[in-house]
Amino acid sequence: MDPGTSEITLRVGRTSRSRIGDALFVHVTRVFALLVLLAVVGILVSLAIGAWPALRKFGFGFLVSSQWNPVTKTFGALVPIFGTLITSFIAVLIAIPVSFGIALFITELAPVWLKRPVGTAIELLAAIPSIIYGMWGLFVFAPLFSAHVQPWITDHLGDWPIIGALFQGPPMGIGIFTAGLILAIMVIPFIASVMRDVFEVVPPLLRESAYGLGATTWEVVRHVVLPYTKIGVIGGVMLGLGRALGETMAVTFVIGNAHRISASLFMPGATIASILANEFTEADGRIYTSSLLAVGLILFLITFIVLTLAKLLLLRLTAQEGRRA
Amino acid sequence: MSRRLKGLFLGVALCALGVAGAAAAGGGTEISGAGATFPYPIYAKWAEAYHKATGVRFNYQSIGSGGGIKQIKARTVDFGASDAPMKPEELDQYGLIQWPQIMGGVVAVVNVPGVKAGEVKLPNAVLADIFLGTVKRWNDPAIRAANVGVELPDKPITVVHRADGSGTTFIFTNYLSKVSPAWKAKVGFGKAVSWPTGVGGKGNEGVASYVRRIRYSIGYVEYAYALQNHMAYVRLRNRAGRYVSPSSKTFQAAAANADWKDAPGYYLILTDQPGAGSWPITGASFILVYKTQSRPEVTRQVLKFFDWSYHHGQKMAGRLDYVPMPAKVVRMVERTWAREIKDRSGRPVWTAR
Repeated sequence: MDPGTSEITLRVGRTSRSRIGDALFVHVTRVFALLVLLAVVGILVSLAIGAWPALRKFGFGFLVSSQWNPVTKTFGALVPIFGTLITSFIAVLIAIPVSFGIALFITELAPVWLKRPVGTAIELLAAIPSIIYGMWGLFVFAPLFSAHVQPWITDHLGDWPIIGALFQGPPMGIGIFTAGLILAIMVIPFIASVMRDVFEVVPPLLRESAYGLGATTWEVVRHVVLPYTKIGVIGGVMLGLGRALGETMAVTFVIGNAHRISASLFMPGATIASILANEFTEADGRIYTSSLLAVGLILFLITFIVLTLAKLLLLRLTAQEGRRA
Repeated sequence: MSRRLKGLFLGVALCALGVAGAAAAGGGTEISGAGATFPYPIYAKWAEAYHKATGVRFNYQSIGSGGGIKQIKARTVDFGASDAPMKPEELDQYGLIQWPQIMGGVVAVVNVPGVKAGEVKLPNAVLADIFLGTVKRWNDPAIRAANVGVELPDKPITVVHRADGSGTTFIFTNYLSKVSPAWKAKVGFGKAVSWPTGVGGKGNEGVASYVRRIRYSIGYVEYAYALQNHMAYVRLRNRAGRYVSPSSKTFQAAAANADWKDAPGYYLILTDQPGAGSWPITGASFILVYKTQSRPEVTRQVLKFFDWSYHHGQKMAGRLDYVPMPAKVVRMVERTWAREIKDRSGRPVWTAR
């Protein structure tokens, strides 16, 4: 055997060994990935099984009934569905412009020495546990809001036709609007940090060229940065929306927990997550527990639909990008 | 909120320890239970004293009455605790037995600037109407008529109720159902009800904190929470037609008139009791165990603890503004234990003290 052959066998041996390692690695990672899928399906199935008695009893009416009466055991999910959607809508409505401003300031306008501290502060905000936001909302924001802001709004806007109804009610400081606002503060860090990250990946070449052509900062943002990053921006917004939909403790603290749909934003309401947090431990009787699981299932589906829509939107946007190019 | 959360965490942690401990020690010196939050402060106090006296550890998770019933049905705990008694037929269905362990009162509290504790009197039907949302303002003629000389503002009333299911709600709504036909017809009573108006707070602490924070509000809490938070309680009219203030004396008066003897399965709700000095919203908190015991030794420990509390815990209860069970009820309960709780071979688990 000449030295060359032995070297080849050695190399082959090493390759086959690493091939086994490779295969092992592939299988292990595949198992992990499948576990996630299995968990999602498992949750969905167990929710559906748990929700089945309520869905069978109330049928489609469960979705459109605003009844929630543990005494007569009649339940409907309209109030928490409405509360979940409206608080998340308010949150995103407030959070988008603010996050946009934050991200823009950090990437385009801030002096270099300020970029890092502001960026880190935003990330720290994202790390604060949600219950802290809830406590802050209840103990700090709500009293100030009810004492100084809410009476003024009710006095000045409460009599307006149509939109006046949105601002009526006793000044409690807690309710749908406060919940939406707290949610907005909670999702701003998420949206802002995603926006900042995507704004930063805009190639300096593009940006500098636009400036070189005499574009103002706003024009650069509007016509270069935003078109280049819109997928990422929408992704960030959807991430925030996803968090707002499922947020539990902070909302439970400040929404007022009432099973009612009111015209006014200042009146209490309930979200799916808040009624689950409040009522699950004490729900006795099969239909009550099952109805709570059913609203949980609905929340799961709402989140699923939102994420699907986001994906579809992104797909369409990328397709358009491709056509234009 | 913090006490309850702490209790919950402690309870969960202790439960985990308890399971491990019970496995290791054969369950001899660990007893665990879960349920009502209303008696949690006194059970915790008793547990501490009992541990000092006997070395037996007593773990109680205050997860709520509904939770307590669920846990005992699932047999994950040695006993369950509930503020709402189970109906006799339901007890039979699950083979459970219940007895009253401690009593206390629920009070209506208000936050009206300038109004002090006990200053406002509310006739029963008016209290129900406020919670129904039909009496909307503090200067409503119905409220003013009962409070001549008290200055009541022209402000809307904000009702604060429990958002979670609760034994306190059970006692309170049971009282409203007894005194107001309109309430009975529209809402009824239970651990959770469909509230016609108002905002919901989680736990007694949640309601107390909302009432303190929202001006011109009214809510209901267990008496100890009203005391701790220095809240303005409302005087109510009892069945004898007299206005009374909440105190351990008026709770005791209500309890003294309770007829436990003729209540099968100790199913008795103490609201709206007769007697000139009775507080109308008084309630008992109950303990649940299985009648037929596969682990009689553990249940004997449970019974020993509650019996010890009956006999040595009155002072501690009084200090926390709970009302201990009267001696004749204690004797009745002990006889019930001896008669009803058996091990697998039919021998009684409880053999006199």
